Amino acid sequence: MALLSATDQQKLRESFGELTRPVRLLFFTQTLDCETCAVTRQILDELPPLSDKISIEEVNIILDIEKATQYGIDRAPGIALLWLDGEGREHDSRVRFLGAPSGYEFISLVQAALLVGGRASVLSDENRARLAAVDQPVTLQVFTTPT
Amino acid sequence: MAFASPSITAYAVEATEFPDLSRRYRVTGVPKTIVNEEIEVLGALPQDAFIEQALQRFVHDARATE
Repeated sequence: MALLSATDQQKLRESFGELTRPVRLLFFTQTLDCETCAVTRQILDELPPLSDKISIEEVNIILDIEKATQYGIDRAPGIALLWLDGEGREHDSRVRFLGAPSGYEFISLVQAALLVGGRASVLSDENRARLAAVDQPVTLQVFTTPT
Repeated sequence: MAFASPSITAYAVEATEFPDLSRRYRVTGVPKTIVNEEIEVLGALPQDAFIEQALQRFVHDARATE
């Protein structure tokens, strides 16, 4: 059963029309002890039918620990957003989600996909310059709740 | 911001699903941002204020002039 209404699907289809390059969502999952992995997969599966530029790739964090480590995801469900260049090479956006993207987090995920897929940033030119001058590794963890 | 800087990685963490992380970083309200496990930024700030509080100390030029 579709989680999104026909109206929401249509709105998203229009938004995703702005994508100028393919976006891949790496979905980090595990078989046991993950209450929200199934619903996360269900939510993510709603997206590819709305745009041929969006794809999902499942990564089991127990079986493919190398990839989980590469993307800094040690728990499930997790999502890492990548974009693909003209030659189909993957580029890490360094944007991650931990936990099921339901409620408001779903909107954040869509916004992130649009950004990674080529939409203009909302950052001012000045702030983009300040961020470009960050010269040591920074990890931001933004804690949110679904509502 | 992560997308704008190769040095930055950003996680949106669902606080109720990971109570261990919420406890570790003393998350009692959201949004709350933890920067490199130490700096805490409360609430949703305008981008200028957020960068000032969360990231300014990691900007090369800012450190040089301190």
